Amino acid sequence: GSLAAGLVLALAACAARASEITFELPDNAKQCFYEEIAQGTKCTLEFQVITGGHYDVDCRLEGPNGAVLYKEMKKQYDSFTFTASRNGTYKFCFSNEFSTFTHKTVYFDFQVGEDPPLFPSENRVTALTQMESACVSIHEALKSVIDYQTHFRLREAQGRSRAEDLNTRVAYWSIGEAIILLVVSVGQVFLLKSFFSDKRTTTTRVGS
Amino acid sequence: LPLYFQSGEREEKCIIEDVPSDTLVIGNYKVQRWDIHKQEFLESAPGLGMFVTVTTPDGEVLLSKLYGPQGTFSFTSYLSGEHAICFQSNSTRLEAFAGSKLRIHLDIRVGEHFLDESVVQAKDKVNEVNIRLEHLIEQIHHISKEQNYEREREEKFRKTSEETNSNILWWAVVQTGILISIGIWQIKSLRDFFISKKLV
Repeated sequence: GSLAAGLVLALAACAARASEITFELPDNAKQCFYEEIAQGTKCTLEFQVITGGHYDVDCRLEGPNGAVLYKEMKKQYDSFTFTASRNGTYKFCFSNEFSTFTHKTVYFDFQVGEDPPLFPSENRVTALTQMESACVSIHEALKSVIDYQTHFRLREAQGRSRAEDLNTRVAYWSIGEAIILLVVSVGQVFLLKSFFSDKRTTTTRVGS
Repeated sequence: LPLYFQSGEREEKCIIEDVPSDTLVIGNYKVQRWDIHKQEFLESAPGLGMFVTVTTPDGEVLLSKLYGPQGTFSFTSYLSGEHAICFQSNSTRLEAFAGSKLRIHLDIRVGEHFLDESVVQAKDKVNEVNIRLEHLIEQIHHISKEQNYEREREEKFRKTSEETNSNILWWAVVQTGILISIGIWQIKSLRDFFISKKLV
């Protein structure tokens, strides 16, 4: 067995693949991704909306024959695991068609297959040595570090996006309200003055 | 390259990678074009290339090259932030006549250096351990960089929240000030007006 103390994505040829992509989904748009999956493979699709509007998106996952495996509307975050029941091309789509003017940034992570064991047990004569066991623990620990890190990064990005939205809205509202206040109060005084000016001219006209 | 998505022939598709500074990003892609005659996606369309453009968070172009139907590109970020990786085919046909679909296969790796498995296997056991450990150390450095970048972002986030908080407070004070002064001005102005019109 080799000392493969690498992280998550095994680089050489193996069954496990994970693709994570962050992309921008314009308003009224739909973006689909496809992947060919062999029967019996366990797959996980996880997605999160990072910026835009109410931070929600429609998601739909279909099998090769068009069978809908997962369909959710206006979700902010979800994780879906399934086992491929047949060979073929699986397709998943993100839709922002319900939104008229906000474009969204969506992150997804599509994991196909399980990670192969670091030390495959086929050629083994003895049990794992201490060093090899240590490697396995490190590998698992680092995988979860990456996982947590990714989740934290996404949530922080979303929180920051909300905070910046809020800041902009507060600024616009303050300025807008200040302008309205000034216009209305100055307008009130001049309007009131104009009532009295008209009356005087009519009384003088009637008098003469 | 398993994962793919569809794109119009002249459409530009972009993906975003939020990376810390000094990070190596390697991308692998393959593009296929829909052939109208054969009604299927050609394995390799001759003459078809892809413009790959990488933009830094500041809007500067880091990489802009034309590759063939299949290629590998890489760049090292010198700024922390959201980099945009955009793909556009070099097809010069008009939109109306082109109308063809493209299938783009994509695989992006961040912070990892390719570990050439054949090189690793060839050497003896001790060297193999060496190489693997070096790879591991590199990846742990990447985790550390990501966390440092995360700390910076959280700081920016906190500053934005505090700015919003003080904006709201400042606005409340200004609004009260405006209200009081406008009220005083209104009363004074009307009083002077009535006095001048000899109504009071």
